[in-house]
Amino acid sequence: MTDVAVQPAPVRRTPYLARWAATPFHIGCAALIAAYLVAFLIVPVASVVFVAFWDGSGFTLVNFADFFRTSIMIESAWNSIYVGLMTVALASAIAVPLAYFTVRFRFRGAAIIQTLGVVPLVMPPFVGAVAMQLVFGKNGSINLLLMDAFGFRIPFMDGLNGVIFVEALHYFPFILLNLSASLANIDSAMEESAQNLGASGWRLFSRIVFPLALPGYVAGAALVFAKVFDDLATPLLLNVTNMLAPQAYLRVTSVGIADPMGYVISTILVVLSVMAVWLSLLALKNREFATQQRGGGGLSKREISRGERIAAYGFILAALFLALSPHIGILLLSVGTIWSFSVLPDGFTLAHYTTIFREAGGFMSNTILYCAIAALIDVVLGAMIAYLAMRTRLPGRHLLDQIAMAAVAVPGLVLGIGILRTYFPVDLPFGAGSLATFWLMLAIAYSVRRLPYALRSCSAALQQLHQSLEEAAENLGASKSTTLMRIVVPLMAGGILAGFVTSFATAAVELSATLLLVTRDANAPLSYGIYVYMQSPAGRGPGAALGVVAVVVVAIATWLSFRVAERDRAKRTRSGMAI
Amino acid sequence: MSGVEIERVSFGYGGAPILDDVSLNVAKGEFFAFLGPSGSGKTTLLRLVAGFGMPSSGTIRVGARDVTLVPPWKRNVGMVFQSYALWPHMTVEANVAFGLEQRGLPRAEIGGKVRRGLELVGLSQLAERRPAQLSGGQQQRVALARTLVVEPEVLLLDEPLSNLDAKLRVEMRHEISALQRKLGLTTIYVTHDQEEANSVADRIAVLDGGRIQQVGTPVELYDRPANRFVATFLGTANILEGHVTGRQFQSGGISIPDIDRADGPAAMAFRPQDAQIAPPDGPGFGGTIARREFLGGTIRYSIAAGTHMIVVDVPHHRNASALEIGTPVSVMIEPARFVTLAG
Ligand SMILES: Nc1ncnc2c1ncn2[C@@H]1O[C@H](COP(=O)(O)OP(=O)(O)O)[C@@H](O)[C@H]1O
Ligand SMILES: [Mg+2]
Repeated sequence: MTDVAVQPAPVRRTPYLARWAATPFHIGCAALIAAYLVAFLIVPVASVVFVAFWDGSGFTLVNFADFFRTSIMIESAWNSIYVGLMTVALASAIAVPLAYFTVRFRFRGAAIIQTLGVVPLVMPPFVGAVAMQLVFGKNGSINLLLMDAFGFRIPFMDGLNGVIFVEALHYFPFILLNLSASLANIDSAMEESAQNLGASGWRLFSRIVFPLALPGYVAGAALVFAKVFDDLATPLLLNVTNMLAPQAYLRVTSVGIADPMGYVISTILVVLSVMAVWLSLLALKNREFATQQRGGGGLSKREISRGERIAAYGFILAALFLALSPHIGILLLSVGTIWSFSVLPDGFTLAHYTTIFREAGGFMSNTILYCAIAALIDVVLGAMIAYLAMRTRLPGRHLLDQIAMAAVAVPGLVLGIGILRTYFPVDLPFGAGSLATFWLMLAIAYSVRRLPYALRSCSAALQQLHQSLEEAAENLGASKSTTLMRIVVPLMAGGILAGFVTSFATAAVELSATLLLVTRDANAPLSYGIYVYMQSPAGRGPGAALGVVAVVVVAIATWLSFRVAERDRAKRTRSGMAI
Repeated sequence: MSGVEIERVSFGYGGAPILDDVSLNVAKGEFFAFLGPSGSGKTTLLRLVAGFGMPSSGTIRVGARDVTLVPPWKRNVGMVFQSYALWPHMTVEANVAFGLEQRGLPRAEIGGKVRRGLELVGLSQLAERRPAQLSGGQQQRVALARTLVVEPEVLLLDEPLSNLDAKLRVEMRHEISALQRKLGLTTIYVTHDQEEANSVADRIAVLDGGRIQQVGTPVELYDRPANRFVATFLGTANILEGHVTGRQFQSGGISIPDIDRADGPAAMAFRPQDAQIAPPDGPGFGGTIARREFLGGTIRYSIAAGTHMIVVDVPHHRNASALEIGTPVSVMIEPARFVTLAG
């Protein structure tokens, strides 16, 4: 050991700010990220809010007064709130029993329910909306069958009902997943100790189970509310315009980006969305607190009785049918010849697919290009923000993290309007048009909207990385940047990859901001293509075929990200280290 | 190789100080231990020596070099982490080679040093494995080898045995101690286990509440504890607080003559084995047996005397008869066996 004396590491002059545990490189990164967020998140959103309160010379509430004097606006606001609440109610009616079955009963249905938790999310609601009209509409399959058999129809898809129905079927997994997680975190010992102290039945439920599960439910419900408020494309495709998001879109696109009413609506959308997301975060924070005493294996499960089994399977199969009906509908539509006033299409063909591969290749390549750029930006920013927040003591690091996460509460419509407003006057060189409608802006808008997903994934990965692994490297002479490249990045790779895939998949079906920022078909992505096709009856077939392509892409990506996350977890637990 | 000087170091996370005016000198080649209960600041102090965290005031020197503001990767102070911190994505060999690569050694030389390092801890066969495929004891040895191959000026060990089972713990303790002697490496060893500290360390610093309570050899600490905390943390002690008046010590109904101390308040301590039990009305003070515990080599009596409960150990051998509860006795201590405590 002592034959050749080892020299200490050659001293390089890298200044190290011990107080902040940071190097100049870190500070540079932080500044760059801050600049990006300011330019493409804060300034656009602030400009929207600013215009809402601006009368050309100073602060004003006149625009808001106008809003509350315009009857269509009042009606839209009430409709949006009504649709939001009713969607939460309908989604709860589906999700709450499903969540209860999985945690309480030992039976195979639980596996179906887990699939149910993902199936709706791989198809954006606007894609399913048209197909749902064909299945559940006034002259759709179900009502034709009902009419034949019983002589009445159910107005599933009439007006606001349609929006509620489509959104609830799409978003109920948010409640299912959050509530199941909450229920699974309740240690059976908590329930048993209450039983041991004499509580059972209703008292047990109301005093122990309900309070412990509530945060998960509230978190899920608030998210559903925010998502529904934010969704622009579904009402538009169902021809419902008397809601807030469509009104804002119509005002900005028809009256022009100078019309203050669009900004007033946008401001209201932001405020409501922020409040809902905040409520959801607050609920989740309490949940962590409530179940900190080591996550138990969930409530004690019991064997299901025969009658219960029949009832439970009946419910699960009905839910499965409902959840899959948009998928089935879109699939039928994509391979059907004519489908109108009939239970099923008149005939079947692959012509729509050949049409889209002939006409719509540009949409697909655009989507891949934009979403890959957006996802790349997201994982780079996400990994850097996570690292800065957790591994340095730079002032403002938590603010950076919070601002990036806040993007989750900014409706895509509002971000789109804000980017238009901010960058429309900026002209690109060589007559390439406005910066706001330049194709790269779509990728940037996607990256801002999906940054929270990638950031969460990177943060989770870094959190699992015990800091002593990095300290051991530093202790052996590796500088911060060497440690980053040789220890941190390789060990975070799974989380980074999962973040990339999630960002990519969710960006591929973004439509709200897309609708505002696309000006030429040549620059349009897949989601826009589907929307355009779906608007004309003749385009429905190809639109549905494009929809199927989008669903397949998103499904594969989702499956990949699950696999990556799972393998990563397995690798870690096998490592058997005492960390 | 060098010693470590810690001079008037304080540290905190913003709230109450975690370390309060700590000063220590670890001599070159010495095996030194930080001993204290959980939360006393041992790890924090060790990490400051390694460069993880900056003291709010004070100076840390390794050898003659002031390292207080030197970042961890330029200190050449080898630390073995409590969790071992082996990198799961690298083989054992790659883990051990890492520090040598950072020092820019030629490839051939690295290979030789890694081999000798793994030989030193008896793991030559496992070079190709990943950390996940090793037992806890083997992981511990890899962590040790990884640190030793870079020939640090000082070796820091944070509770190195806490993740091992009892038998392995004693084995590794002897191994570490032999290794340290062989390499003559200045070593600081953190533990909350007094037996472990006594067995390996030349000298021990006892920490409590972020302050150094006493520094000394294991025997000094046991025989001459400076205060109540040290007296009770290292073994069992009877502590009597009272007054000395005219060479007579009085405390809660107990009276002890021939105390060589000026008049005034005093705290006196003695170990359970330093007292003797005699028939009642003998020399010493009187009491009644209140409890009896059989500990194997000794029998431990608790004796109610005045307001105190005095603990006395009596060696046990086969056929020795034990005293019954309720028996009146007198307790006798030689004045030289008393220790006067500071606080
Ligand atoms: N990152 C931290 N932030 C705040 N307090 C800490 C942190 N790490 C340790 N402490 C506190 O510092 C004190 C000393 O901790 P530590 O040095 O780990 O003790 P020991 O190693 O002696 O068990 C404890 O009270 C602990 O709660
Ligand atoms: Mg410790």
